[in-house]
Amino acid sequence: MKARKPAAFELRLYVAGQTAKSMAAFANLKRICETHLAGQYRIEVIDLLKNPQLAAGDQILAVPTLVRRLPEPIKKIIGDLSNEERVLVGLDVQPVKA
Amino acid sequence: MTTNPPSLNKTPTGITGLDEITGGGLPTGRATLICGGPGCGKTMLALEFLVRGATQFREPGVFMMFEENAKELTANVRSLGFDLDKLEAKKKILLDHVVVERSEIEETGEYDLDGLFIRLGYAIDSIGAKRVVLDTVEALFSGLMDHAALRAELRRLFRWLKDRGITAIITGERGEGTTTLTRYGLEEYVADCVITLDHRVDEQISTRRLRVMKYRGSAHATNEFPFIIGERGFSVLPITSLQLNHKASPERITTGIARLDEMLGDKGVYRGSSVLVSGSPGTGKSSIGAKFADTTCRRGERALLFAYEESPAQVLRNMSSIGIDLAPWLKKGLLQIHASRPTMQGLEQHLVTMHDTVLAFRPSVVIVDPISNLTLDRTEAEVKPTLMRLIDFLKQQQITSLFTSLTAGGSATELPEDSQVGVSSLMDTWLLLRNTEFNGERNRTIFVLKSRGMPHSNQVREFVLSDAGIDIVDVYPGADRVLTGTARVAQAATERAAAELRAKDHERKLRQLASKRKAIEAQISALKAQEEAEAAEVNFAIAEQSLQIRTAAQDSEAMAHLRDRTSSREKPRKEKR
Repeated sequence: MKARKPAAFELRLYVAGQTAKSMAAFANLKRICETHLAGQYRIEVIDLLKNPQLAAGDQILAVPTLVRRLPEPIKKIIGDLSNEERVLVGLDVQPVKA
Repeated sequence: MTTNPPSLNKTPTGITGLDEITGGGLPTGRATLICGGPGCGKTMLALEFLVRGATQFREPGVFMMFEENAKELTANVRSLGFDLDKLEAKKKILLDHVVVERSEIEETGEYDLDGLFIRLGYAIDSIGAKRVVLDTVEALFSGLMDHAALRAELRRLFRWLKDRGITAIITGERGEGTTTLTRYGLEEYVADCVITLDHRVDEQISTRRLRVMKYRGSAHATNEFPFIIGERGFSVLPITSLQLNHKASPERITTGIARLDEMLGDKGVYRGSSVLVSGSPGTGKSSIGAKFADTTCRRGERALLFAYEESPAQVLRNMSSIGIDLAPWLKKGLLQIHASRPTMQGLEQHLVTMHDTVLAFRPSVVIVDPISNLTLDRTEAEVKPTLMRLIDFLKQQQITSLFTSLTAGGSATELPEDSQVGVSSLMDTWLLLRNTEFNGERNRTIFVLKSRGMPHSNQVREFVLSDAGIDIVDVYPGADRVLTGTARVAQAATERAAAELRAKDHERKLRQLASKRKAIEAQISALKAQEEAEAAEVNFAIAEQSLQIRTAAQDSEAMAHLRDRTSSREKPRKEKR
């Protein structure tokens, strides 16, 4: 999803094929971003099964892993992102009171 | 699920001694757990397994490390003679550093470790690896919170490795005071083979030990084995040296001291036998050892000297003072001197070092001078098995060995034999050097206490060191004691003088006899002359008498004849006679 101004949050979601956890993670991520980071984010999904070398390159152990590449510092969040609070803490995002 | 083959395949490690202990190596396609305290050498062992696999057995390997120490590993491996960088370039080894940064990770739900699997799979496929090391997988436990999930994933990982037929080594840190072998109980998953490493410090000396705690499906040696991490990597002292089946050679070799050979059945010691030279300080034990080395090199054979008290330079200097020049043999490479302080490592480590050095140099004679230093402060129970291993190993290689041993200064109360009882039963020949004190000086004596398999002298001889070398001289059995040193020399002089005196006395007596003989002969001739004279007289008298008788007879005959003639003219007269 492209934002009109340069994305403040660059997020990468690493998955390993289309598993239940991966799908759940993606869905959760979309929802959280829409709720709290509307218009400021960019999500990239990387399938490790297709790009196995990135597992080493980006130091990915667990799947699914969400990596906040921007703003720095890099933060890693593992799991299917079902715990929204922890995701926000992990991304260091101020929750928007919905 | 694949069914297990009935016989267990083993992957050789190439590590000295380890393959013997495990009966062929680690289980193929399974995971082996190596656990031990910090600094025990787990990483080194795993790394050597991988490197040797790549270089000796053509099996590439992946080293997955959870700590940042690639540089350190490269340096360590380089000291063993392997170039990790080159191996990486040739795609024989792949080093993969997995960062598990607790502070970076936030766990927000369910996850699995597929990332790790994919990563490992990718690494394995990229070089066709058959061996994998995970060092140390416990880092995951400290990085991730969900231990239950982690355990499940580890189980899955090992199954995954097994399915791919990868022989893996997992390293685990020994837990402090826990009942399990490792802090997180890894041994539950890695049930096929468990090796523990131990690093004890005893009386300031550290000893490293290895033990195969478990090896499912295979017979294995269950004892603890000492090992060292040396120039050639891991060296474990294997069990084969404890089989008592070495050959006994009938060949005899000279000790270098002619009279000593004489004392040993006239030919010297047997090849492949063990000789103990024990004695109080300053009796010349090292000199015998050096002479033995010198003689061996002179024959063109290699000799190896383990010096635990003097540096090589000092040995050379001291031995040249008694006419033994070892320097040319060193130059020619026939002699090697290894010097180190016995307290530098434990007894077992020394053993492993000796073992390695002997295998590398292949000498025909090994001299250990002195062995008493190595066994300092240890009970006989500890020393004897280790020495036994060494001697058995040397005998199997048909290497003749000479050990010098320091016994307490010859006090009258302690028999030197007593102090060496434990060690001496392992030795075939035992030479005892003693100092005897008499009349203000001490001299060295040597005798053969025992020598298996040959007749040997039971006499104590004097052992003399001089510029010209080593000599053994008969002692003087004096009237009440054995004399050595200057007393011997004095006694020899006295006896020489006495002998001369006797000789002179002899001469004098002979002369006397001669003159007496002459006198008697003169007497005899005088008597003889007398006898002759008397005989002549008697003869003369007899001759005279017989002449008279004859003459008288002749006269009477003549007269009778005359009478007869005259009576024929006259009337015969009656003759009355």
